[in-house]
Amino acid sequence: MPDAKDKFVGRSVTRLEDRPLLLGQGRFAADVNFSGQLHMRVVRSSYANAKLLSIDDSAARATPGVHAIWTAADVADIPPIDFRLSKIAGLDGYRQRVLATDHVRYVGEPVAAVFADDPYLAEDVAEQVALEVEELPALLRADQELGEFEPGRSTAAGVVRKEYGDLDAAFRNAHATVALELSIGRHSGVPLETRGAIGRYDGAREVLELHGAAKVPHWNRDQIAGMLGLSPSRVQLYEGHVGGGFGIRGELYPEDVLVCAAALRFRRPVKWIEDRREHLIAANHSRQQHHRIRAAIDAEGHILGIDDEFFHDQGAYLRTHAATVPDLTAAMLPGPYRVPAYRAVGHIRLTNKTPGGTYRAPGRFESTFVRERLLDAIAAKVGIDGVEVRRRNLISAVEMPYARPIDTLGTKVVFDSGDYQGLLGKALAAMNWQELQADLERRRKAGEAIGVGLAMFVEKSGLGPFDGVRVTVDTSGAAEVVTGAASVGQGVETVIAQICADVLGIDYRRIRVVHGQTDQIAYGMGAFASRVTVMTGEAARLAASKVRAKALDMAAELLQAPLECLDIVDGTVVRTDVSPGPSIALGDVARHLSPASKSLGGRSPGLTADGWFHTDHMNYPYGVHAAVVQVDRETGAVKVQRYLVAYDIGKAVNPMLVEGQLLGGVVQGLGGTLFEEFLYDDRGEPLSVTFADYLMPTVREIPAVEVIISEDAPSPLNPMGLKGAGEGGANAVGAAIASAIDDAVGVSGTVKQLPITPQRLRAILRQQRPVRS
Amino acid sequence: MTGKVDITLNINGRDHAISVEPRRTLADAIRENCGQTGTHLGCEHGVCGACTVIVGGDPVRSCLMFAAQADGIPIRTVEGLAKNDTLHPLQRAFMEHHGLQCGFCTPGFLMLMTAVLEREPNISDDDMLDVLASNLCRCTGYQNIVKAVRAAAAEMRAS
Repeated sequence: MPDAKDKFVGRSVTRLEDRPLLLGQGRFAADVNFSGQLHMRVVRSSYANAKLLSIDDSAARATPGVHAIWTAADVADIPPIDFRLSKIAGLDGYRQRVLATDHVRYVGEPVAAVFADDPYLAEDVAEQVALEVEELPALLRADQELGEFEPGRSTAAGVVRKEYGDLDAAFRNAHATVALELSIGRHSGVPLETRGAIGRYDGAREVLELHGAAKVPHWNRDQIAGMLGLSPSRVQLYEGHVGGGFGIRGELYPEDVLVCAAALRFRRPVKWIEDRREHLIAANHSRQQHHRIRAAIDAEGHILGIDDEFFHDQGAYLRTHAATVPDLTAAMLPGPYRVPAYRAVGHIRLTNKTPGGTYRAPGRFESTFVRERLLDAIAAKVGIDGVEVRRRNLISAVEMPYARPIDTLGTKVVFDSGDYQGLLGKALAAMNWQELQADLERRRKAGEAIGVGLAMFVEKSGLGPFDGVRVTVDTSGAAEVVTGAASVGQGVETVIAQICADVLGIDYRRIRVVHGQTDQIAYGMGAFASRVTVMTGEAARLAASKVRAKALDMAAELLQAPLECLDIVDGTVVRTDVSPGPSIALGDVARHLSPASKSLGGRSPGLTADGWFHTDHMNYPYGVHAAVVQVDRETGAVKVQRYLVAYDIGKAVNPMLVEGQLLGGVVQGLGGTLFEEFLYDDRGEPLSVTFADYLMPTVREIPAVEVIISEDAPSPLNPMGLKGAGEGGANAVGAAIASAIDDAVGVSGTVKQLPITPQRLRAILRQQRPVRS
Repeated sequence: MTGKVDITLNINGRDHAISVEPRRTLADAIRENCGQTGTHLGCEHGVCGACTVIVGGDPVRSCLMFAAQADGIPIRTVEGLAKNDTLHPLQRAFMEHHGLQCGFCTPGFLMLMTAVLEREPNISDDDMLDVLASNLCRCTGYQNIVKAVRAAAAEMRAS
């Protein structure tokens, strides 16, 4: 519940972002145009693995309207794209160059770029660029024999290893062991807006601009500057509206660098808008892993140790995320349970598929599926139910903060706060668990294949190390908030405005939030890892608090009133001790603080302040998912009849937006659990290249999702107790649905692979219960 | 493919006389030739519905129609939905029910449901869900879109 003094924080106010988007006035990447612009079309490899012998672009070059065609030789001076996160030793040689030189390693790899006056022409001409290649066998499995990336470099790029405790003793002393082999399919964020990038060299200002930036504009600015030999202050990135992020949009890709290099060289704007087929074969894929996991348990089902070896199918190159996904997989796998001894060994393996990166709840969607399958298997082994096995193993509230002796993303894993048992209780109560079990039992007896499943998880949010915000109140009393965070549609502007509004004593609708503009603020971390509300939110609160203090200090002098008797109410500084007393509007206070003001005195000019928030630790929200599913034994189709998410966020700034994040995440998780998969044929030809083959849920595939937003465990790591909401919706969907399917068909361990498509489930059911002839 | 045809696109009551290649899609013509960028392209193969506009009263995927086919037929796009500063009931309902996040798919949903609710104001809930299932959204999980459309439909029926 919101505090009485909070007018906006804690309330489900409507979004500042909505109006322009509803009116058709958004500015997405494709909406950005500059006069005289060229259009880039990327020529992509149609081979999964081949030596590139030559490129014949003579016919294309001769076409009127074609300005240039680039191949690797034209960009030989541009280094490969570097790692942003989770760099580990030995990975550098696997980075991707912006155009392939003498070897193509996945279908979709950029090999040439056509620059033409018209996008239709550029596309026509790109089709005339012919590749001469020597095709090699495609390597498509990460968990089988190794191949050669290049001479002297195998497809085993690196190993992520995390371990603690005496694992050998755990298994030696175990009452029993449980072993599973599990896999997660290849899917990705697939935002509705494809990628887009517009490079422009502004000769008047001598600045290279990139429009269509997203997610991490400041990091990308520094990288582009470095790659093209420019000072960072000569490169500016501009984020417009972004049509969905989900981890994949906004990372630095070859196409972003190409439009910048071309704009610089041609001194003309260069526009690239990705088409959907390109997106599905060229933007980051994610998720694909194969796990072999074992647990040592005692007679009551307590976990003594977990040993996991997994193979991470990275695709053809290591992109900006380096080892992020396998690192998070290994670090987050133990989840909310006591695991006295643990070892995870993750093999990063290259294959001839689209390179991978992060996708919403990276490493957690995967590891939650694996861990929760393991918990269900333990329950079956010792003959207790799924709720009881979790209760017995959950870390308790009195153990908080709970340090797990491993690290991830350069931070120590310390669960800052949480009452996992308490949230489990809330979820069970909301599901009416006992009655539900009885009802499902009745329905099963009547012949329905129906069941319920449950999964628990710990999320992570608020990744540092810093965020900075500048808050300025203008002479009308309206405020501008400038942040280096980014918006991918999640509601940043509204949430940050709500936080500032309560501190400043003004309406949140009088606050404009500027984000993703590198020329507005020197530093920014961007939007990822469910970090913005926590990091930018606290930085905004700090900045607004300084502005408030400055306003009150100035007003105290102007009103000749004691500081402690002043408050800001509805944009006006008022005396709280006398009524009616003297007052002054915030805009007038700002006027008195102008550089030329006689009232300024020794103060710095402007009703403005910067706020910086630093942290060395992430914080850890947590959740419970529960699903009721019905299985059609004949077709293998799974219908999700009911879905519940209970999620503890510490403190919800805007519950409506938190719920929105969770709802959206659930449906993306459902896609990866039941429908979505990037498939390849045995030559490495991608088979999922349109929305007719890559099946995302529509409104007809979704259940009614119930959401419980809990605030039992505020984070002690920031004053408002904030944690992040972005990924808890997606995290445990695979795990919960798999458990429910097991229950529906009455066989524990039925689901070993995601997505569990009708074809796969039907095949499993036929093996379990041979069809009578 | 350099031969061009002269056509007139009537968008939200205003004529745009343009000269386009016969193969130019209606979506590209609306966006690039007429400057109405509220109509978005999500897949260019007719599945996602982000580019839905109303042509002669019917909701159509403007990526699957040639501009030349719409010559002279009244076209409505998201830019024409609000009356001056007053939002259309669907627009208002999407805001109040948090039926949009990134907003990229939103114009398609708005135009789809505008056309359908004008034609069939008493559409059953089941049929409405069938219609909504023709467009994709990747952010909201649909639940709030459904809420918004139900609320707007009720309001439009009452008015």
